[in-house]
Formats: sequence, structure tokens, C-alpha cells
Amino acid sequence: MQATEQPEILEMRKRISSNKLRDHIFWIVGLFSTLIGFALLFTLIIDLFIDGFPRLSWHFFTSYPSRFPEQAGILSAWVGTILVMMVTAAAAVPLGIAAGIYLEEYGKKNWLTHLIEINMNNLAGVPSIIYGLLALWLFVYFLKFGESILTGGLTLGLLILPMVVIATRESIRAIPNSIREASYALGASKWQTIKDHIIPYSVGGILTGMIIGLSRAIGETAPIITVGALTFIAFLPSSPVTSGFPFLSFKWLLDPFTVMPIQMFNWISRPQTAFHLNAAAAGIVLLVMTLVMNGFAIYVRYRFRKRIKW
Amino acid sequence: MKVKGLAMAVFALLLLMAGSVQVGNVVITGMLSPAWSQEKIIKIDGSSTVYPITEAVAEEFQKAKKGTVKVTVGISGTGGGFKKFSRGETDISDASRPITQKEIEACKEAGIQYIELPVAYDGLAVMVNPKNSWVTSMTVAQLKRIWEPAAEGKVTKWSYVNSAWPDVALKLYGPGVDSGTFDYFTEAIVGKSRASRGDFTASEDDNVLVQGVASDKGGLGFFGYAYYAENSDKLKLVAIDGGKGPVLPSEKTVMDGTYYPLSRPIFIYVNKKSAQRPEVKEFVDFYLKNAPTLVKQVKYIPLPDMAYKLAAERFSKRVTGTVFGGEAKVGVKIEDLLKLEKKK
Repeated sequence: MQATEQPEILEMRKRISSNKLRDHIFWIVGLFSTLIGFALLFTLIIDLFIDGFPRLSWHFFTSYPSRFPEQAGILSAWVGTILVMMVTAAAAVPLGIAAGIYLEEYGKKNWLTHLIEINMNNLAGVPSIIYGLLALWLFVYFLKFGESILTGGLTLGLLILPMVVIATRESIRAIPNSIREASYALGASKWQTIKDHIIPYSVGGILTGMIIGLSRAIGETAPIITVGALTFIAFLPSSPVTSGFPFLSFKWLLDPFTVMPIQMFNWISRPQTAFHLNAAAAGIVLLVMTLVMNGFAIYVRYRFRKRIKW
Repeated sequence: MKVKGLAMAVFALLLLMAGSVQVGNVVITGMLSPAWSQEKIIKIDGSSTVYPITEAVAEEFQKAKKGTVKVTVGISGTGGGFKKFSRGETDISDASRPITQKEIEACKEAGIQYIELPVAYDGLAVMVNPKNSWVTSMTVAQLKRIWEPAAEGKVTKWSYVNSAWPDVALKLYGPGVDSGTFDYFTEAIVGKSRASRGDFTASEDDNVLVQGVASDKGGLGFFGYAYYAENSDKLKLVAIDGGKGPVLPSEKTVMDGTYYPLSRPIFIYVNKKSAQRPEVKEFVDFYLKNAPTLVKQVKYIPLPDMAYKLAAERFSKRVTGTVFGGEAKVGVKIEDLLKLEKKK
């Protein structure tokens, strides 16, 4: 037995145990770092719930803002948010997908696509207020859309466009080349290949990118304030469905609006604490809206991934 | 195949969305048609100080009209509000100070005539931390020493202002430079509108200022009296000596003008052309008629009934222009205001 306890072996054991200790230390540091983020988020949510939960009621969702905090609600804010999000999706998604497909499938790798690519990646990092300033000039003054839902939606559409493009490109890139080659081998044209294979296979990733973009847009305040969202709105935009021909109306696109983050900001800057509770309640609603969208993104991705069998 | 079907459905939906934008574009061209502009919308923007009053009036007015008239109220600050007003984008502008010479000229250039109506009184409160035991009152000269541009980077300790005060760091909090409140305070204290040191914590959100002063032993800040009233446990109010001994702000001292020079009237400005529209006329009449009760409800100080009567008269006669001549006036008392109103 004594013979095995050579100095080299002792040395090696020592090294192993010191490495194990380091491993252990890093494990603790890593866990601690993770917990900090988690604890912060958790405290924030708990705090929000304690303050805001008692205020959540049917009445809160169906009332307009008011000078009496107990009577105030978020009807105009959540309707505004949903309408703006619809315009944002309608503007950013088709454009973003088309641009992504072009860059991946059609665009030749030359200096122009390279330039577009660099720009696209940089655009994703531009502060949102810059988009607001651009939109103020472009949509409000130049195209004269006014301070409307259309302007707000298009502004946020610009903001999330790079995200949609990047998500589209990444999910298209994940499709193996053999699929394309198999399609061409059977005589399919480029468009047929894209329409029947590329888009269906990448739609999960594209939808995820779109929804993550929308979840960012839903919380944006700065660009929306810049283009003139209002604070007190005690009416709903005109109805999209009408009784007379053609039964659909797009007048709501040009109506003035407010969104959830603006309503929250207004309440939080009031002197009365009762308004701060309202802001917390609106925060919970906004948080749930974002979580639902993110959850939906995860579900969609899961569903599409599961069905694809190469 | 199922994947394909679902994917195509999603794609079709996206195309449909894209299509709806196209239809929307057609509507945009239709937007400039008279049918749209005939809709009864009253657009108001401007001061965040006046906002709670206008919001209350708008709320009651829409209830009274059963939703046939739409009122929108924004918060762009007094200066920002006047910019929109002088471009003809709004019907009414909320203002926490009288219109300035520059803004008068901008309106003139755009051919916009306006009716100036005082709607309430507001006091600016100067606040320190409750742990601050050395200050109960300050003179205007001391405040000036603290806030004037020359103080920047120099007056950094309380002891520099008054040698009897301790050697504690002086931390300043004030509203953003786009607000009428900032304009008024600098005019009243420093003697020149917008002249101030730059090294203070500025925020458009007065609660940030409340938090700042409440958590900093050497803190000093100024903001609307309503914010003090809601946070009286976290802050200590400073009496202001405007030459006749220290006076604390209260409903009474603001109203009778003894809280000098930090009490001020606040206004709405009505576009004369907009006032021809029946719904705007009705709204302004409603505003002045209900102001005494509504102003109190949102914790501001109403003008005497006489002042509202004179304002209503002024409005019905469509008397345009400002009684302040484009200059910032400090510590206008109710009687002075009434005299000025009568003269017009």
C-alpha cells in the first residue's frame, strides 16, 4: 500500500483536489450571479403585484382615465396598444420576411448586400428615440399621417424591422442545403422552392422573431411620445366594422391614441399614491401581455420544430 | 402536408395584413376630405401642471355630452404646447406661465389669435429633507445665491450660502428646463427667466424630485405645492421671505398673494378660430363654470368667483391677446390679475 503513495501521485491528488475546489468556487459564483438577476426580477414582480393586484378588476379594464384614481381605468390604453401592435405587425412582418428571404436566397454576396447586412445589424442597436425623431418628420410632417395610430404603428414597425429580418435570415440559414438541392433536382423553380419548402420550414423561427420584436415594441414609450401619443383619451378609436357598405372601416388608423406605457408614466408622475397603485396594476397587465406573447412564441416554435422531419 | 397547410395559412394572413396597409393608404388620401375634419375633436396640449385640471374638465365634459364630443389632452410642457398651438395643431394650450414674446410672434406669424384665460392658482413650494434642522425659512436672496448661473460648481455646500449653516453638501433638484415651472422659478428668484445653474438634478417627473430630496440630507428642491401636500411626511417645507418676513405656502397665503414671489396664476389659451366651433365654445364655457369645484378636487387653488366671471366675459367677447405683454410677471396677486383683466 505504501508503495503507491509516490510523491508524484500525492502531487497529482493535490492538484485534482485544488481543481475541484476551483470548480466548486466557480459553481457558487455562477449560481450567485444567476440568483441576483432572478431575485431582482422576482422582487420587482412581487412588488408590482402587491401594489397593483388589488386594483385589477373588470372595472379597471373597461374604464377610461379619470381624475379619481379609484375610478380610473385602462380601456383606451389597452385598446390603443393592441391597435398599434396590429399596425406594427402588418408593416414590419411582410417587409421583414421579404427582405430576409431576398438577402438569404436571392441576393448575391457582393458589396451591396454586405452593406445592407452591416446596416441591418447596426439598425437593431439604434436607440428607439432616434426612430421616434425619424418618424416624427417622415410620418407626421412629410406624409401627414398626423398623430395617429397609423403613425405610432409604423414607427414601431421600423423599430422592429431589423429584428424580423435577422430572425428570418437565421431560420432560413438553418435549413440544410440538401433540401434546396433536392427541390431543384425535381425541377422546382427558385420561387417554388421558397414557397413550398423554405418558408414552411422557417416559419417557426420567423414567427418567434416577429413576436419577440412585438414584445419589445409593446413596452416602448420614447418613440411613441415623440410622434405625439396623447395622455388623456377617454374615447375609443372608430370601429373597424361598420353597418353600411363596405362594412370595414380603416378610419381608426387616423384616430388619436394612447398606449399602456404612456398611461403608466402619467400615473406614476402624479402626486397621489393611489395613482401609483394604478400604474402598478397597469404594469401587471403589460407584463402579462408580454409574457403571453413570449409564451405564444415558444409554443409556435415548439410546434413547428416537432413537425419538421428531414 | 399539415405543416405546409398551416404555414400557408400563416403566410396568407401576413399577406392579408400587408393588404390592409394598402387599403389604409387609400383611406389616408380620403383623410383630408371634409367628412373627417368635421368630427368633433377638441385637441388640447401643454403644461403638465395644468394637466390635472384640464383632464378633470375634459372627463366631466365628455360625460355631460355623452361622448358626442371627443377631447384629447397631451403633456408637452408649456413651451412644447405653445409650439404646437402656434402651428395650429391644437385648439387649446395649457400654460403654467403667460405666453412669451417669442411665442406671441410665432402665433402672429401663423395668423393665430388667442384668448388668454386664467383658470387657477398654483404655489411653488421649496422643500428640504426632514433631517435638515438648520433651515426653516430662506430669503429670495439666499435662493438666488443657490440657483443663479454663477453658483454653478461653486455653491456646493450649505455653509457657502450662510455661514451659520453646516458644512453639508448641497444637492439640488428641480423640474426640467422645458417646463413653465422652471421658467417661473428662475424669473421669480434669479430675476431672469431660464437663467439657472446647470448642475442640478432635473426631472419632468416631480415624484423623482420628491424622492431625491426625501433621501438626501443636504437636498433642496422646488416643485408644485400639490406634490408637497401628498408627501408632507417625507419633506420639510421652507418658508419664503420675499421681503415681508417668512411665509409658508398654504391655500390661504397663495390665494391672497402673501406667499410672494412663488405663487402664480395658471392659464389656458384658446385659439380664436377654434372658438367659433360650437363644441370648443361649449367646452370653454363648461371649463370656467366648473373650475371652482374641479380645481379644488385636483388639489389646486381656485381663483375667486369674480375672476372666473371676468374670464367668461372676456371669452364671450372674444378678447384676444395677453394682459402680460409677453413679459414674465412675478407674484401677480389676484387683485392685480383682476385689474389687468378689467383693463382689457
